[in-house]
Amino acid sequence: MSKEEKKVNRRDFLFTASYTIGAVGIGAVVWPLVHQMNPDKAQQALATTEVDISQVEPGNSITVLWRGKPVFLKRRTPDEIAEARAVNLSDLPDPQKDEDRVKEGKDEWLVMLGVCTHLGCVPLKDKGDYKGWFCPCHGSHYDLSGRIRKGPAPKNMEIPKFEFVDNNTIKIG
Amino acid sequence: MSDQDYTPKSKAGKWFNDRLPLLTLGAHLTDYPTPKNLNYWWTFGGILTFCLLTQIITGIVLAMHYVAHADLAFASVEHIMRDVNYGWLIRYIHSNGASMFFLAVYIHIFRSLFYGSYKSPREVIWIIGLLIYLLMMAAAFMGYVLPWGQMSFWGATVITNLFSAIPLVGDSITTWLWGAYSVDNPTLNRFFSLHYLIPFLILGLVVLHIWALHVPGNNNPVGIDIKKPSKDTVPFHPYITIKDTFALLMFMIIFAGFVFFSPNVLGHSDNYIPANPLVTPAHIVPEWYLLPFYAILRSVPDKLGGVILMFGAIFILFVLPWLDTSKVRSAVFRPIYRQFYWIFVLDVLMLGYMGAMPAEGIYLVLARVGTIYYFAHFIIVMPVVGLLEKTDPIPMSISEPVLTGGADPAIARKDNEKI
Amino acid sequence: MKRSNIKSLLFIATLLLASTAKLYSAGGETEPLKVDWSFKGITGKFDRASLQRGFQVYKEVCSSCHSMQYLSYRNLGESGGPEFSEQEVKAIAASVEISDGPDDQGEMFTRPGRPADKFKNPYPNVKASIAANGGAYPPDMSVLVKARPGGSNYIYSVLMGYEDPPEGVTLDDGVYYNKYMIGNKIKMSSPLSDDIVEYSDGTQATVDQMAKDVTTFLTWAAEPELEERHRTGVKVIIYLILLTTLVYLSMKKIWSRVDTEV
Repeated sequence: MSKEEKKVNRRDFLFTASYTIGAVGIGAVVWPLVHQMNPDKAQQALATTEVDISQVEPGNSITVLWRGKPVFLKRRTPDEIAEARAVNLSDLPDPQKDEDRVKEGKDEWLVMLGVCTHLGCVPLKDKGDYKGWFCPCHGSHYDLSGRIRKGPAPKNMEIPKFEFVDNNTIKIG
Repeated sequence: MSDQDYTPKSKAGKWFNDRLPLLTLGAHLTDYPTPKNLNYWWTFGGILTFCLLTQIITGIVLAMHYVAHADLAFASVEHIMRDVNYGWLIRYIHSNGASMFFLAVYIHIFRSLFYGSYKSPREVIWIIGLLIYLLMMAAAFMGYVLPWGQMSFWGATVITNLFSAIPLVGDSITTWLWGAYSVDNPTLNRFFSLHYLIPFLILGLVVLHIWALHVPGNNNPVGIDIKKPSKDTVPFHPYITIKDTFALLMFMIIFAGFVFFSPNVLGHSDNYIPANPLVTPAHIVPEWYLLPFYAILRSVPDKLGGVILMFGAIFILFVLPWLDTSKVRSAVFRPIYRQFYWIFVLDVLMLGYMGAMPAEGIYLVLARVGTIYYFAHFIIVMPVVGLLEKTDPIPMSISEPVLTGGADPAIARKDNEKI
Repeated sequence: MKRSNIKSLLFIATLLLASTAKLYSAGGETEPLKVDWSFKGITGKFDRASLQRGFQVYKEVCSSCHSMQYLSYRNLGESGGPEFSEQEVKAIAASVEISDGPDDQGEMFTRPGRPADKFKNPYPNVKASIAANGGAYPPDMSVLVKARPGGSNYIYSVLMGYEDPPEGVTLDDGVYYNKYMIGNKIKMSSPLSDDIVEYSDGTQATVDQMAKDVTTFLTWAAEPELEERHRTGVKVIIYLILLTTLVYLSMKKIWSRVDTEV
């Protein structure tokens, strides 16, 4: 390589190195500015809600607020459980067994996010063609296990993390 | 702007540029002929632009989490510091960034004072710059109120109370500013709104500032008029862009030193005490960059007099281009003015120090001396020295001193001899 | 170097020095005692064990009067702080009763604390706090170290600074003399005495030890981001020096094309 060419190569390397290192810096600066909009530590400190279910009769349900969204807690009668379990999985747009949506030994208790999986409206209870819930926004029907049966919603209503603190109390989250 | 001979390389570029000549603007800025002898005092304009953008970006992000209510403001700042991802970093960048912004603007202003950048034909650039400075002080003052600490509250009380000194309408104006009968929640709310607004006004003025600059072009250390382009100039990119980048990086090292290792040294510990309308701090002081004006304000025993002098200290700068009678621009060739310039610098530093001290005893005496000298510098020194000073011979061009080894009297302009 | 360059550099140096000088002097009082804190300096870190002991002092001695309302129990387990284990944090939180509600009957109730809860205030509001403390408000300690000139040294000094008043100084009831307190008078009696706390790690609880531990804890409480801030700062400055060097060399290369230098 001639001396001129050598000079040019060194110069190019220097400029390329400067730009590259500079770009790394700009990336490092951009990240905190983006990440600050993610849920902060207080939000993340998993806010949990405890619900007293001692007053709920079989066949009834209550709604509580958790993380800003409604949660349906329905206490099903044995007939309702049987009906939910008699459904053919191939009839379901989002196949899922009722047994997998409840806690073992506590089959009467259906705990799910009362948010339609289509576009987020709150479905109405005891309505619709499947004795479950009906979402008035775009006509999605859910059954006694909160599963989507008919309508534009793609998935069953979501089951959040929950546990029985004792027979009268459920902790969500 | 006379670079209409630029044609974009791509067809898409040409299509767009025909409709909105942004690419022509880009070429103008890139090729802009800049004096090749600019020293590092000229890098602070670029640094200031960086500071403004930093404050705007960090400010907008902080505003996503800050709550402008008297009961919640202090807590919302603590929430930012403790819970928001990187909140402590963004907050400290914003608070220290304000100090760095003023450090840079004072260096930038003092550059202009030394090299005569305010003189014809750059008077409008100078005036726009002063308007930017005034808006900076307003924005900084209101920004400091937002955390709602003791200094926030009492600093706001002291400064807004000044308006009551205005005869006849003073009290009404002060009540109108407050939105209440003292500094209170309505005041905080409107300060937040205006604090968010002002930086964008500054941004607009900065555009005008640079536009006005591009008419005559940059001043330079020897203060002589140059033709652009010429052998005395270099294209802005890459020569000035790389130099500005280097200077900015040095500036950022100092900035980072404060943010990461001493983020509260420029502030006042009292502002970590939540605002209490019933307890006044022992010493109310503004942030360091407002101290010289605070000293001037307190040096006059009369309330209205202090207010007039404090504002006068800034307004006198507006007429500086007409107070300075010298035909020579740069202090490099003005040996007498140069001495007075450094005395003026010391005077401002001394006033700043006095602003931090209690307004009594020797501190008050020195503040008064400093105030009198401050005005004397503009009203007496500038006109008189300009007329009487025997200036040094100035070179014919920028390149010449290099080639001939210094300002040679033989090549000096004859019309520069003065007694 | 040219004379004007030297002058300019001196100017900048003065500005920077002045900025770090103590412009806002409290005036009058004795200079606080100086401790060689582990968290000072650019690589400063908190002594984990000291933080845990300091929390014990806060909990057993101070928290009956002083709130720390901006801290949550979960902070005690986060990195950069005392770093109690998850179980320890749950236990600390559960040891206090937190007011919650209203329930479905509209009544407020109490329940054991959880990590997500903020530290419990000893009093329902500021006025109750003042009334219960002889007319003086025990300040909230969340940012107390940042709220006093002298910071950690000052807090430590006040805790160590109780002594008999000098000749000619009389004190009202409920007022005590303190060598380092601003104004020398304080309405809190000396809160620490030897062995007032039995440290769970077995360290001897002398007044000096407790003062150091609780000050360390309070410093963390005011600046929980300190260690991350120092770590990031070192990385940032090294990066900037690297980039500055590259840019400087680039600048020299570019400007070598011009016959410059005035």
